[in-house]
Amino acid sequence: MLSIVSSSVAVTAAMAASLARLLKPGDVVFVSGQLGAGKTVFIRAAAHELGVGELVTSPSFTIAQTYAGRATIHHLDLYRLDGFDADDAVDLEPFFDKDAITFIEWPEQAKLFLEEPAVVVKLEHVDEHSRRISFLRPREDLKKSLEELVAGTRH
Amino acid sequence: MILAIETSCDDTCAAILDGDNLLANIVSSQTRFHARYGGVVPEVASRRHLELINLVVAEALTVAGVELGQIRRLAVTTRPGLIGALLVGVATAKAIAFACGAGLVGVSHLEGHIAANYLQPEPASPPFLCLIASGGHTSMIYVAAERDFRLIGRTLDDAAGEALDKGARLLGLDYPGGAALDALASSGDPAFASFPIGLDRAGNFDFSFSGVKTALYYYLRDAGAEMVQRRRADIAASYQKAVISALVKKVIAAARSLNCSQICLAGGVSANTVLRRRLGQECTSRGISLRIPPPELCTDNAAMIASAARFLPDAPHPEWLSMGARATGGLLV
Repeated sequence: MLSIVSSSVAVTAAMAASLARLLKPGDVVFVSGQLGAGKTVFIRAAAHELGVGELVTSPSFTIAQTYAGRATIHHLDLYRLDGFDADDAVDLEPFFDKDAITFIEWPEQAKLFLEEPAVVVKLEHVDEHSRRISFLRPREDLKKSLEELVAGTRH
Repeated sequence: MILAIETSCDDTCAAILDGDNLLANIVSSQTRFHARYGGVVPEVASRRHLELINLVVAEALTVAGVELGQIRRLAVTTRPGLIGALLVGVATAKAIAFACGAGLVGVSHLEGHIAANYLQPEPASPPFLCLIASGGHTSMIYVAAERDFRLIGRTLDDAAGEALDKGARLLGLDYPGGAALDALASSGDPAFASFPIGLDRAGNFDFSFSGVKTALYYYLRDAGAEMVQRRRADIAASYQKAVISALVKKVIAAARSLNCSQICLAGGVSANTVLRRRLGQECTSRGISLRIPPPELCTDNAAMIASAARFLPDAPHPEWLSMGARATGGLLV
């Protein structure tokens, strides 16, 4: 299991930055977890690592935010899209762009028609400051790097 | 006479403004439409806007008692929002402008929220400090003149309305539950529990609402189901107090630092009863005048887009035929 317990926001942000360095344009990353688990914190750190200078805020209401970094970064949040189905996929199409890296919070809301992710990041509450970070279903070419990343963090 | 269209968020909206007279302000979540067309499709979806836009525009014309031929200008929200949703409004506005030989102007949703304050019954005039607080935005803007904006503070993470809606969800209310939380909290004790006020001592005018949401999650988890059930109203009141306190403290501090004697509210959170009461008290005791537009002008609507359009030039013809929509952007961009 590719999983660590992060003891602080700073460690979570460092993990996000390390993952970001492995990504390339066209990649989609799912970020799942409960309310308050740190999904936006994780994506903010990854976006900054990818060269985004602007403030990355929650897109729950607006559904999507786009930032200019070294690649275009799309940050989607499907929290409010409970009834989204394949007919509505057209609204999300602009964000699956081969030149952009796309992070998606609450992917469960629309998993039937989303692109296959490069990796699923799962964030779980441990206590007020600690979170379990798991990397699930990594694409074959990311496996080894993620294993090294997790092993490096444990020492 | 201006016909304005707004499709950037959940509601499909159209309004007609003639000078200072708001002749119609139609919103698709109004009972008349919602009862007939309300469905399971997420409101923000573009196909939902597409189904409703012609009905909403026709209703606005009927209520106003005007013909399409009398419309001289079209105003439409072009940013920020989901491109698909925005384009439904933009394409509709273009088609009507083309058919009527009318002018067309693209408006930012945020400028619209501010411009709601220029509408009757109590039109404000600059300079004022405007707090925009909604489900998607939380910022303070100093409005020196109708087109002269200065960003004073903004949220670094979640919007205030989002914090209220998500807190409501954690308390078992349906999303978006800001209004239900307000109602539940009205019978609760706001001193029952203590939740953190974001950036309370930061010495600036920015907001943070992500920490208070997480604090509520842990509070509910540790308190146990029985206690939570029994004290739900008290917890709701305490949580809401922390969110609203951040808004009240920072907006008052900003007004004092800017030596500004007029505060205006905008956005759906303006309907919150605790915000209205507490900010009202703070303003009265400091001799600051507080203006809050009526609720139907605070939540998303097209009247505010028409109002903002009064201070903007028409897009040049025929270049406006290629006017698009933008996912990002706010004031003056």
